Amino acid sequence: MAETTQIEEIKPPVTDVGVIGWLRQHLFNGLFNSIATILILGFLIKLIPQFIQWAFIDSVWFTSGQECHQAAGACWSVITQNIRFTIFGYFPYEHQWRPLVAMIILVGMLVYSREWNRWNKRLGYAWIFALLVMGLLMKGGLFGLVPVESTKWSGLPLTLLLSFFGILASYPLGVVLALGRQSQMPIIKSLCVVYIEMIRGVPLITMLFMSSVMFPLFLPEGVTIDKVLRAQAAIILFTAAYIAEVVRGGLQAMDRGQYEAAESLGLNYFQMMRMIILPQALKIVIPPTVGILISAFKDTSLVVIIALYDILNTTKSILSEPEWTGFSTEAYIFIAMIYYVCCFSMSKYSRRIEKQLEYKHTPNQE
Amino acid sequence: MSSEQNSNAKTYFWNDEKTRAILYQIVTAAFVAFIGYYLISNVQTNMEKQSIASGFGFIEKEAAFEIGESLIEYSAADTYGRALLVGVLNTLKVSLIGMILTTILGTFIGVCTLSTNWLISKIGTMYVELFQNIPVLLQLFFFYALFYEIFPAPRQALNPITGVFITNRGIDFPVPASDPVWGYIGLAFVAACIVIWLVRRWAVKRQERSGQQFPTFWVGLGILLGLPLLTWIVNGAPTEMDVPVLKGFNFQGGRNISPEFSALLIGLVLYTASFIAQIVRAGIQSISHGQTEAAMSIGLKPGLVLKLVIFPQALRVIVPPLTSQLLNLTKNSSLAVAIGFPDFVQVAGTTINQTGQAVEGVAMMMVVYLTFSLLTSAFMNWYNKKIKIVER
Repeated sequence: MAETTQIEEIKPPVTDVGVIGWLRQHLFNGLFNSIATILILGFLIKLIPQFIQWAFIDSVWFTSGQECHQAAGACWSVITQNIRFTIFGYFPYEHQWRPLVAMIILVGMLVYSREWNRWNKRLGYAWIFALLVMGLLMKGGLFGLVPVESTKWSGLPLTLLLSFFGILASYPLGVVLALGRQSQMPIIKSLCVVYIEMIRGVPLITMLFMSSVMFPLFLPEGVTIDKVLRAQAAIILFTAAYIAEVVRGGLQAMDRGQYEAAESLGLNYFQMMRMIILPQALKIVIPPTVGILISAFKDTSLVVIIALYDILNTTKSILSEPEWTGFSTEAYIFIAMIYYVCCFSMSKYSRRIEKQLEYKHTPNQE
Repeated sequence: MSSEQNSNAKTYFWNDEKTRAILYQIVTAAFVAFIGYYLISNVQTNMEKQSIASGFGFIEKEAAFEIGESLIEYSAADTYGRALLVGVLNTLKVSLIGMILTTILGTFIGVCTLSTNWLISKIGTMYVELFQNIPVLLQLFFFYALFYEIFPAPRQALNPITGVFITNRGIDFPVPASDPVWGYIGLAFVAACIVIWLVRRWAVKRQERSGQQFPTFWVGLGILLGLPLLTWIVNGAPTEMDVPVLKGFNFQGGRNISPEFSALLIGLVLYTASFIAQIVRAGIQSISHGQTEAAMSIGLKPGLVLKLVIFPQALRVIVPPLTSQLLNLTKNSSLAVAIGFPDFVQVAGTTINQTGQAVEGVAMMMVVYLTFSLLTSAFMNWYNKKIKIVER
């Protein structure tokens, strides 16, 4: 009969598992890391309570500017008291529900459209309808809505408008430029190369300057195009060059065999591009494209320089009122949070798509 | 292909691929030329109507505006040409300093995000997420406002070290009083750099030949500090300083770093560093872990593993995207116009406002930035070629 004594299981030392083990492995491995950890912790312990004291305990939330100047902590009132001007700017006060509804429609449509399997013809029609409704809400003039000049469009709706249409219109233009750059025809190719490289070599500000001071000279007498539209055009032309470069990357990454197979089927150039090459090429460059879109969104803030009132500029004009001067930190933190939430969710989205694409490319892995 | 088709059946010329390609191109070229002609003729008529002069004649004229800070002598009586030169130099100043600082900071943060220390890597990641997702213009406004709201007026200047004053007009600090010696020391510094370069070359050659290592770093540091110090002592060791003194409402003497310049530099550096950190991180991660293990197994310390094995390989992945980030920094420096630092765009903008010559002004902006871009990418291409793996 075999002896059946059970050998006692030896557990790992307490210092290697659990909380202590984690701490040792992640915070205190080696002399350098231990010193760094202690220094950082000391710094944080000193800083965080101070910040909390400033931002929450000593802060005031719903007071007037005068009372703010007496408060020891943050003055969040600069936001709460001016929230409607910050967000809607010079849009007529009693009609500000209109841009609000337009923004809600836009965000709702974007959130709904995030899944690819929902992309179909019906969604396309829904988008067209939604855009018409949004345009109507902003512009007015029909169904008893009071018309509002586009010069009055400001704040967050302007930011969203400039970035949304900037992105929407620059994408096809960018694709066309990328195709032109890959083309065999020397004149078309060189035109596209010159355009792309020139735009990419200059800052967006020069384009905006062009739209605000130079563009009026280009137009025949008597014709004027309003400022928002000119800035929009500048943003579109600028973003398109960057999109073109990204798309070119996708076109170059395509296997030569795809072109040859398409040609051997007897497809002409446009059929080949539309049905074979572009669907694949555009898909692989979705992540970098979203990167471009994020920077396009951030870059719309540059319209401040040509005196358009986007959300950054409405904030600035509040801060220039004597009642609210001196609270830039609080106001800018608020605006930064808005931008952060938008950009962060876009980059999250791009990361998710990246994962989906990885899975599709290697279906046999799991 | 087309000639074959032509030979066996009649093909109309509009069905011929080559003919069509030529046709398309002619149409495009004609269209572009027509648009160009139309726009230019509009510009001409408009400019005549508004009696705006054309051409670059204004460069010779008196600018009649002041510029806050300048690397060269400038007054309102100087020409537009000189004012624009001041702008170019200011842009160059902020871009060059910014490029160097942001590369250092970005690399540091990139390495931090890969640290085995949980706290360090988390803080690094948070930094990247935060600064990447906020528009650079907002950051510039933020830092500029900080300067104005947190720091006191000159009368109540903060005085952390003797002679250094921090106020809402910038940072004032003492500089050595003008003396030819400082010029010699500058020369000695340049000479030291050349000597160090030669020593390094010799040391590398020697190590390749004999395997012996030479303490290049310490010797280099010695030369770099020693040579200027020697020059200073030989020339009588002058210690007179030009210290800023409060006179009226502002400081006189010493040097001043303006709040505009500081805010611009800090904003650009912090923003671009977040992108560089990501590039550096991706570059290091692209090197297979086997390299690290191999390097550790031959007994290199972690710091040396990074320096001798990982970085030289990672650089090839890092340099091309790094170039475009540094270019972005140069281009973003044009945002100076929003916080009132007199960079090229601001000076050119003032010029446009005063002369009305928008076409020339915008054209100059484009040419200047295109030149910067081309020069930077030429330099980085040269560097990229240099660090390419030499296949033996």
